[in-house]
Amino acid sequence: MKIICRCEDVTEEDVVKAIKEGYTTLDELKHVLRLGMGPCQGRTCIPLAARILARETGKKVSEIELQTSRPPVVPVPLGLLASGESDKND
Amino acid sequence: MIEKADVVIVGGGVNGCALAYELSSRGVEVAVIERKHLAAGATGRCGAGIRQQWSAKENAALAIESVKIFERLEEELGSNIGLRQGGYLIAIHDEEDMKQAEKNVEMQRSLGLDVSILESDEINDVVPILDVEGMNAIGATFCPTDGHADPFKTTHAYADAAMRKGAKIYKFTEVQDIVTDGEEIKAVKTSRGTIKTPVVVNAAGAWSKKIAEMAGIKLPNVPYKKEIMVTERIARIFDAMVISFKDGIYFSQQEEGQILGGIPPPETVTGYETMPTLPFLEHMSRTITRYAPILKHINVLRQWTGFYDVTPDALPILGEVKGLKGFIQCNGFSGHGFMLSPMVARLLAQLITGEKLSLPIDRLNLERFEKMEFEAEKSVVG
Repeated sequence: MKIICRCEDVTEEDVVKAIKEGYTTLDELKHVLRLGMGPCQGRTCIPLAARILARETGKKVSEIELQTSRPPVVPVPLGLLASGESDKND
Repeated sequence: MIEKADVVIVGGGVNGCALAYELSSRGVEVAVIERKHLAAGATGRCGAGIRQQWSAKENAALAIESVKIFERLEEELGSNIGLRQGGYLIAIHDEEDMKQAEKNVEMQRSLGLDVSILESDEINDVVPILDVEGMNAIGATFCPTDGHADPFKTTHAYADAAMRKGAKIYKFTEVQDIVTDGEEIKAVKTSRGTIKTPVVVNAAGAWSKKIAEMAGIKLPNVPYKKEIMVTERIARIFDAMVISFKDGIYFSQQEEGQILGGIPPPETVTGYETMPTLPFLEHMSRTITRYAPILKHINVLRQWTGFYDVTPDALPILGEVKGLKGFIQCNGFSGHGFMLSPMVARLLAQLITGEKLSLPIDRLNLERFEKMEFEAEKSVVG
């Protein structure tokens, strides 16, 4: 068993199975496996999943569309954000 | 691609997929056309909530019947949907809120819903982490059978069950035109070919207005950009979804332990712009930590946007339009399409196959806006 997403405990077998079920984009793999939804935001698992997806679908890794990057870049505590000033309406 | 179908559904969100399931269960040949992957629009971006506490009787009735279906859906579809019924706690901030809450609760109870009004000192019995003073609550309403489910799992469960019954689902396929002849629908032209059909269901969410234009029908729907965020996972600290109509906030702790929530961004944005903003995140953080100060140490992992497909009365548009036979609307959900989808799909399947409808939907037709005969839903968040 090869773990490829440490945040959400997803294995290579899980990814291959989902691809065979018809989830053939990184976005769909994220939705069915929570791949890339953990604290690292996909830094570890997405390059690995892209390679597995390329292998299983006969595409080049460069042809695999990446997931949309979402802010924040690193996890930020709610308390710190609550002290921010860009929202002047409060 | 198939050459003809009894019904073509535009949009592979939860409503389109649920309807595909309900129709194929009735032996109808159905095709779903989805521009991206399933649940790529509002379904996959939403707050996942399932609420029965509405001010409009139509919404409340649809939601109550939907919960009855949600409760048996895993068994019916044979897949996990992540349903969790931890209730919805709705903050009451002042006398005006209280009056509306009393009115809502009376109507909701008349429909058989288990819902009650809590005193301010009872709020912490339901959600211990709330700071009742910080949230300025004088009371709350609570319905224990409200909750949330996983929108991806629910959509995929419906889609898989529909395909097992013969429905065809075409992902990454764009609808380019709806071919009509006088007052009849003839075909749907897509990026992968044309499907002949007498019935088209417009379940395209925020893009429904554009789909309707292809058939020469004008919808009053407006896409509103909405923002949402999610935190890291933590051990379970509360069960209910907490919302406030005054502050517009909603937040809950999801199945895996993450806290998910939204609030209207300081600036209202309509149209198809999708960029998440820092002002939203700060406004959300400030409000959620005012409601539950204990959350200030929790890390935000991610924020994203989605669209509400908003109608003038915040109620959906359901049913056949006047002047174009077979053109069925299933849109305008105004931010609550996920929670209503099981019953909406069942009713539209009944309508399309000529069965007797188990709830009347004629008050939700498009024509209500011509006559301006409607009363708006008041209980909206996000």
